[in-house]
Amino acid sequence: MGTIQAAATGRVVASGMASRLQLRGVTKRYPGVVANNRVSLTVLPGEIHAVLGENGAGKSTLMKIIYGSVKPDEGEVLFNNREVHIRNPQEARALGISMVFQHFSLFEVLTVAENVWLGLSKTISLIEVTRQIQQTATAYGLDVDPARPVHTLSVGEMQRVEIIRALLTKPQLLILDEPTSVLTPQAVDKLFVVLRKLAAEGCSILYISHKLHEIRSLCTACTVLRGGQVTGVCNPQEESNASLSRLMIGAEPPVLNPRPYQPGEVVLKVDGLVLPKSDPFGTDLQGVSLQLRAGEVVGLAGVSGNGQAELLKALSGEDDRAPSGTIVLQVNVPGAATLVDMGGLNPQKRRRLGLHFVPEERLGRGAVPSLGLAHNLLLTRSEAVSAGMGWLNLGALQEQARGIIQRYNVKAAGPHAAAKSLSGGNLQKFLVGREIEAKPRVLIISQPTWGVDVGAAAQIRAQILALRDAGCAVLVVSEELEELFEMSDRLHVMAKGALSPSLLRAQATVERIGEWMSGLWGAEDGNVPHASEVTHAAV
Amino acid sequence: MLRFEARPQASPFWGVASPILALLLTVLIGVSLFIALGKDPVRGLAVFFWEPIKNGYAWSELMVKATPLLVIALGLSVCFRSNVWNIGAEGQFVAGAMAAGGVALMAEPGGSRFVVVFILLAGVLGGAAWASITAWLRDRFHASEILVSLMLVYVATQLLNYLVYGPWKDPMGFNFPQTKTFESITQIPRLFDGSRVNVGLLLALAGVGGLWVYLFRTLGGFAQQVGGLAPAAARYAGFSSRKALWVALLTSGGAAGLAGALEVAGPIGQLTPFVPAGYGFAAIIVAFVGRLHPVGMVFSAILMSMFYIGGELAQSRLGLPKSITGVFQGLLLFTLLACDTLIAYRLKWVK
Repeated sequence: MGTIQAAATGRVVASGMASRLQLRGVTKRYPGVVANNRVSLTVLPGEIHAVLGENGAGKSTLMKIIYGSVKPDEGEVLFNNREVHIRNPQEARALGISMVFQHFSLFEVLTVAENVWLGLSKTISLIEVTRQIQQTATAYGLDVDPARPVHTLSVGEMQRVEIIRALLTKPQLLILDEPTSVLTPQAVDKLFVVLRKLAAEGCSILYISHKLHEIRSLCTACTVLRGGQVTGVCNPQEESNASLSRLMIGAEPPVLNPRPYQPGEVVLKVDGLVLPKSDPFGTDLQGVSLQLRAGEVVGLAGVSGNGQAELLKALSGEDDRAPSGTIVLQVNVPGAATLVDMGGLNPQKRRRLGLHFVPEERLGRGAVPSLGLAHNLLLTRSEAVSAGMGWLNLGALQEQARGIIQRYNVKAAGPHAAAKSLSGGNLQKFLVGREIEAKPRVLIISQPTWGVDVGAAAQIRAQILALRDAGCAVLVVSEELEELFEMSDRLHVMAKGALSPSLLRAQATVERIGEWMSGLWGAEDGNVPHASEVTHAAV
Repeated sequence: MLRFEARPQASPFWGVASPILALLLTVLIGVSLFIALGKDPVRGLAVFFWEPIKNGYAWSELMVKATPLLVIALGLSVCFRSNVWNIGAEGQFVAGAMAAGGVALMAEPGGSRFVVVFILLAGVLGGAAWASITAWLRDRFHASEILVSLMLVYVATQLLNYLVYGPWKDPMGFNFPQTKTFESITQIPRLFDGSRVNVGLLLALAGVGGLWVYLFRTLGGFAQQVGGLAPAAARYAGFSSRKALWVALLTSGGAAGLAGALEVAGPIGQLTPFVPAGYGFAAIIVAFVGRLHPVGMVFSAILMSMFYIGGELAQSRLGLPKSITGVFQGLLLFTLLACDTLIAYRLKWVK
């Protein structure tokens, strides 16, 4: 699949033509895996070039090579048509390459200016740095107050600080690693405006992402990686999601069939849940009220860190401080439904009543990394445990694991394969299978397809929907709006520890949900605040 | 240049081979030590590795020392597997010895042999009670169990000193700091005539079986270990971390206390300031060299017992200080920790 389709897209890169960055045959091997296999990539001056690929396709390694933190085994790197050997990020910055990482590296107790100053030569005074920040901020519309301490900033503002910091080094090439995963849709639009302006001034941008619609709206060139190899070079604005997806995963994503929405009775009721944070960096829950009905999928949108983790722990029982009466589960005997107060019940007891949960951290929380898949069943399943003394029936346990591996199409060496030996997607398939086969009345699932390849993601979504059709109440928490719109019957948004009213999917739009992500939902009648009121706070 | 390279997966081979390589390295360093001290290395090695196993009597003495080490290590392995770092088994051993000694002192000559059962129970309860102080402080105040359990060793030792220098001192004992010799009915029954091996060995072997079943065949044992391997997963599953803490400390405290009772009502036969012989600390090494596995600890307990006996013999035969035992124990733990690197990494030659 090494054929480069540059000519087909009309973006001809002739040899000798001025390029900003050129990689030729770059290979990087790690024990047991070739992260990059003869990768070639050409970025022109002023081009916004996407690097598209699934998790594990080799995007991160390639960026680390360009930024000097990883040395390639083979191949050459040309910057402004001159061969370079970048040994470390300092040398990369000296050349004019800057990078904004997915995870910010800011000191929370320092101000914006102090944080930026830390990365600069100490011959410049703080006042000078402050002036430069203001100048850059005004020039690019990156609205940030240099005197504010970083811990008072929103995630979007922190990202602007990182971008300003990168811009102060006057880069000719700016690398952005999954920059939109922490942003609301409105903030994404503002970011794109800045990036287009930068590109227009001649700065090349390498934009790493797996979100097809963003790449199609922003980028003018795209290099697609799969399994460490380049599977295509194209102009994404001339491609469709389906054709990009074909390059990225070798297949088009399957389409989920729309099903009629027939909600049953309320199975789980959360009523005015107020819960102070237990961790100093957590979020207080401020009167969350939520109802889950049998046979529906409720999506919970929101930028992470707005109380979702705290709400999930309170629901699962990992945090059992919820006051009695605030979380109530209906335990069904037809005709004689009983309400059970979840207050003070541990996760084990809640599971016995039919409340199951798949956490977003699979390794270390959903599964014990060093234990085999069979033993990991014991975390939430008890079919192979004798009642009373708690004897383990290892034969039955293995059989149970083997069944899930087979039915859920998990690629694993067998029931004894350690959880950490599985890829993210395969482990998630196993964990979802583990909970679905317990026949839950309520399934809560957080980031169901985070870090999961597209094929496995589609399988997991289909299984969740099948569970809903069988009458289970499902709560899906996700940062991917597309996923929520695809799966949910109703949507809630969480912001600053509070929960928005619910919206039927038909009434929900990306714009509206995006505004709500900033905590600006209107009165109960669902009035959407006027756009101009929220633009300054939306990021 | 030699470089360490991370293995994609932990090597099961080195999991077993690492203690063996560590033992070889310990022997090698021991040989150089003997040479440096001007002793014949062949004789030195014979004292440590041949004398303790050369005949039946030597074996029985080896077992006498291996028994308390194994009993304590079995308990400690429950702790370490659940990520509870009880370093104070020595103190729980002393507490068990004091409780057992107290019961033994109350026995009348000519009474029932059943008193032995009470002596052993008292030992278990004494050790568990001492460990429960650590558990409570950790549970209630989040005090580090490492520091608390270690400091309580010295408290227990002083308590023992107080008893043998004070209220429990033998009035007929020429003012020596020791209790009277316990009545013969309190003596732990011996297995064979002419050897000091007693039923403690059977209890230890039963403990090996019991621990294996608990760890690998019960949900309770599984839950206990999940807390050590992945605390967040234990919370997610609903396994209580408080329960794991108490189970771990009460089990290991009880086991150490049992070992203390077996010692004072067995080979020692009275309470003296010399009851703490370092078994509680050596058992930490036994537990790790035995890979925290019940069967593995049988072998490491015997090995560590060899070091004890070898050290005593080295004193009389070679004129070396008794601390040579500690040197060998320390070397073994040190080389083991170094060799364990090979489980997760491989050596690679880089030009």
